[in-house]
Amino acid sequence: MSSELISPLSMTRTCPYAPPAEHRRLREEAPIAKVKLPNGRTTWAVTKHEHIRAILSDPRFSSNRRDPGFPSLSREPPPASDLKKLLLELDPPEHGQARRTVLGEFTVQRTQALGPRIQQIVDQHIDAMLAGPRPVDLVQAFSLPVPSLVICELLGVPYADHEFFQTRSGTLVNQKSTAEEVARATGELMMYLGKLVAAKAQEPTDDLLGRQIAKQRETGEVDFGDLVAMAFLLLIAGHETTANMISLSTLVLLQQPEKLAALRQDPAKTLAAVEELLRYFTIAEQALGRVAREDVELGGVQIRAGEGVLLLANTGNRDPQVFENADELDLDRGSRNHLAFGFGPHQCLGQNLARLELQIVIDTLFRRIPELRSAVPVDELSFKTDATVYGIREFPVTW
Amino acid sequence: MRVLVDENKCCGAGQCVMIAPRVFDQRDDGIVILLDESPPKELHPAVREAACVCPGAAIVLEE
Repeated sequence: MSSELISPLSMTRTCPYAPPAEHRRLREEAPIAKVKLPNGRTTWAVTKHEHIRAILSDPRFSSNRRDPGFPSLSREPPPASDLKKLLLELDPPEHGQARRTVLGEFTVQRTQALGPRIQQIVDQHIDAMLAGPRPVDLVQAFSLPVPSLVICELLGVPYADHEFFQTRSGTLVNQKSTAEEVARATGELMMYLGKLVAAKAQEPTDDLLGRQIAKQRETGEVDFGDLVAMAFLLLIAGHETTANMISLSTLVLLQQPEKLAALRQDPAKTLAAVEELLRYFTIAEQALGRVAREDVELGGVQIRAGEGVLLLANTGNRDPQVFENADELDLDRGSRNHLAFGFGPHQCLGQNLARLELQIVIDTLFRRIPELRSAVPVDELSFKTDATVYGIREFPVTW
Repeated sequence: MRVLVDENKCCGAGQCVMIAPRVFDQRDDGIVILLDESPPKELHPAVREAACVCPGAAIVLEE
């Protein structure tokens, strides 16, 4: 195939709730297709659920984001980086070992024990909204601070510094950021977390980072580089994901009041609703890529060693072979067979924390502010179309 | 139905514990514990779902 025939991949949505129509066409006509990325490189765009699942489970595909073949949606080349590899960049066997050091912090039991504190944080933020002026930006007053506080307390990062790390993590997930901006934000965050980890090594604290230090001490030397890389990943992952899901879920439920009413009548349905909202938005699809370590044949296509694959999980999550009426938000569907948290050994570590936060938020927000509504027409809202994690920039609400 | 789990493949996502808590649990380090290797019939749909969505393909069913 000559390069002139390879069409550029657009991530532009015509409907804020649906993946680009072009991606659906790809899924129907060429589910593994060569496309041109904004940086001019080519990659394979993968749009069917079964293929995405297969690639994410296949050790012949690497997660190494620093490989030149790894698909990037940024126009800038990735910064040359001497930083320790993050968990999400590692391949087996290193990945499994590294993941297992922190897995115990995210068990279902440990996560559920955070429920009462999450409820308290949610209630306090709603109290403040109710006591404050209207309209208010839901993103700044609620969607962002709630998960931010939860991940800070879990990690042991002082929330008082939230402006510092929120702006920097915002830069890191914005694909319009220049390589220089990304490098600066990364450096500043690493420096900040390095100091924090060093302080915790001096004075042990009972939080995730403190416990990791204690655990490393038991078996040998404390590896500061490892801990800083872990803190960096968990802090960003805990911020930019749940926050955007809270805003988007609130918006779509306000837009579909009959579904919201049914949900409010029976809170036992919230967990299934959360699962469906996760599928429906699949906000982190742009973070899902791999690079082939060897030649792989899949779905009648030859993927060569060194070539990248971009896994368009949002479109995969609308695959009619897996989900009936896939484009419809069906809060009773309750299917967990979606790719919103990825799949395979890298599947989101914090998924059950995210589920719990969303469950508490949805149950509480509409119960405590039943008159909640958007303060602006929805077509005036600005969506994060140029971010690794999809969301709403500002969401003025009133009641 | 006979349930088998492969601890080496388990990546501790905890989906099985959420879906079928009478059949699966997690150790303190996050790795799966099989509570019931031949679960009663009424749990079979949940166990099948757990096996289907397990990200590490660590749950194998013999039916």
